[in-house]
Amino acid sequence: MISFVLTRLLRAIITILAVVTFAFVVLRMSGDPAQVMLGPDVPQDVIDAFRKAWGLDQPVWVQYLAYLKSIFTGDFGVSMRDKASALDLVLERVPATLQLTIPALILKLVIGIPAGIYAALHRQSFADRGVILLAILGFTIPSFVMGLILVLVFSIILGVLPSGGQDTWVHGILPTITMSIGGIGILARFSRSAMIEVMGQPFIRTASAKGLKWRDVVWSHALPNAAVPIVTIVGFMVGSLIAGAVVVESIFSWPGIGRLLIVSVSNRDLAVVQCILLVIAATMVVSNLIVDLLYGWLDPRLRSRAAH
Amino acid sequence: MGAAKSNLVELRDLKVAFDGVQVLHGIDLTVGRGEALGLVGESGCGKSVTWLAALGLLPGKAGVSGSVRLEGRELCGSPRSTLESVRGGRIAMIFQDPSSSLNPVLRIGRQITEALALHRGLRGDAARTEALRLMDMVGIPDARSRFDLYAHEFSGGQCQRLMIAMALAGEPDLLIADEPTTALDATIQAQILDLLIQLRAETGMATVFISHDLGAVSQVCERVCVMYAGRIVEQGTVEQLFAAPRHPYTRGLFDAIPRIDGPRQPLVPIPGTVPNPKHLPAGCAFSPRCSRVLQSCHTELPPLVPQGDGRLLACARPVPLALVIHAAKPRTPARIVESALQ
Ligand SMILES: Nc1ncnc2c1ncn2[C@@H]1O[C@H](COP(=O)(O)OP(=O)(O)OP(=O)(O)O)[C@@H](O)[C@H]1O
Ligand SMILES: [Mg+2]
Repeated sequence: MISFVLTRLLRAIITILAVVTFAFVVLRMSGDPAQVMLGPDVPQDVIDAFRKAWGLDQPVWVQYLAYLKSIFTGDFGVSMRDKASALDLVLERVPATLQLTIPALILKLVIGIPAGIYAALHRQSFADRGVILLAILGFTIPSFVMGLILVLVFSIILGVLPSGGQDTWVHGILPTITMSIGGIGILARFSRSAMIEVMGQPFIRTASAKGLKWRDVVWSHALPNAAVPIVTIVGFMVGSLIAGAVVVESIFSWPGIGRLLIVSVSNRDLAVVQCILLVIAATMVVSNLIVDLLYGWLDPRLRSRAAH
Repeated sequence: MGAAKSNLVELRDLKVAFDGVQVLHGIDLTVGRGEALGLVGESGCGKSVTWLAALGLLPGKAGVSGSVRLEGRELCGSPRSTLESVRGGRIAMIFQDPSSSLNPVLRIGRQITEALALHRGLRGDAARTEALRLMDMVGIPDARSRFDLYAHEFSGGQCQRLMIAMALAGEPDLLIADEPTTALDATIQAQILDLLIQLRAETGMATVFISHDLGAVSQVCERVCVMYAGRIVEQGTVEQLFAAPRHPYTRGLFDAIPRIDGPRQPLVPIPGTVPNPKHLPAGCAFSPRCSRVLQSCHTELPPLVPQGDGRLLACARPVPLALVIHAAKPRTPARIVESALQ
């Protein structure tokens, strides 16, 4: 058990390190922050002074080591643009992002999973075909297209919902729906196939042969087994909650982390971008860890395997 | 109707089709109270489907017709709640692959107490005590400490014992054992058979024993039904069939048994293979493989009719009685038949 936790932890650290390194290298290769921040017509000595001030005159590996050292001490750098702590800037935006992503996640769960399970239990029925069709539409249409369609229909044609901003909760409706549709489709399809797979297993026939009511066969025998694959995909969704907000926040000018990321990338605001990527990586790693632990809880076979 | 009164279950003209392909062509079968009936035949002849259909356990796409009566009460086409009240409580069923027939994510004890709550209203400590008694009864050593384990922590043979314990929980009048030993190795097979025989003696429940293994059938059962391609072709007491198999198919099954006792004879497998239910031969389905085939066998289906000695037989040219004496010794302890049959 201890080695199980240790390997997971080690893997988590390596993942985060890889993301951080990748972000660091790519950012430094993809344009000069001094140029972007200061504009095109700035004398060379101003640029040099800027570089020196931000440590950009150092060799890249020196910068990298300094960066690693500072994040291990909890210092995530300073925004070149706002001259404020990058971490504070990011954390400031977290509530706005959660205002969209949490309701979207709830929608995915409460619509996607029951729809998939219902379809699995009523195979070949009208409802089943409907669920499959909607699910495929849901996850094949990219979220920026979906967002634009929704804006066109509800903001422009019908004029019932605002197309951008964060003033009231009504402003959150379209972005939340946009964000959840793909996930609903994926979860519906996934839950459906997981449930169909489980319902075909011999132990389900045993449960029926025992005389259990159909409802109890489904609830106490099938669902706990279908939960294992479903939890996997839910964990993946939780892990990509923030990453998934990027596109939607930009479409709906929602002032969350996703939009901050876009703005900071185009400004080459290194510390902020790195900090956001670190937060995204950390969410993914933590949710993976939780999923791994849930596995053991849901499936005793995995539990005893992990123990050895 | 004195005979009918003692019948527990009666199948009449039971037919099953999957996606328009008929796999059972009208099965007539009765199981008496406390009786042990064997059902034999090659793989795919419809042994499992017969009883799954009787209990309404086939998938929705299966078309089932005919009559299944439990003490006169019709089950075929009856509402789900009626079937649910019969399953487990009146007729229990155990299956071929015990390890995957137990729920992998629920504790064993919970799976047994669930049946106890359902059929006998036992809960809490009473249920636990009774479940432990059942686990003890089917020979799970140290039941108390293994109550909270999961299926994968038991061996295949122990899983089958647990399945039997679960079946006993409902105190059924009939236990359908669908090839309960096929997935187990030889010594464990023998133990499970002994357990089934002993439990039947103790509880008086009727048993339908589905098997490839004629030796095992002769140990467990009094009466045997031989099925071929979705029909019963011969039915009689174990003694009758072992002393004198009349249908060429039954005879073929015996000839394919490796004999441990008596003179060593070469094994004679039945030539050819089981027909695909989609393309069943005209006339008698066994005719293309039959050594005693007549011209008429290819066109006319022989009905299942009672013989002088009480057995039922569906054959236009049965093996003559004189020829088959000593064909096989009754109660051959040959459990290795299965490989020859498959
Ligand atoms: N769910 C199903 N869908 C379609 N066909 C099926 C289904 N179950 C059984 N069959 C078909 O019904 C026929 C009888 O099957 P059944 O399982 O009763 O055979 P069996 O005599 O029990 O064989 P075995 O000894 O292999 O268990 C076979 O041809 C099989 O292919
Ligand atoms: Mg079978």
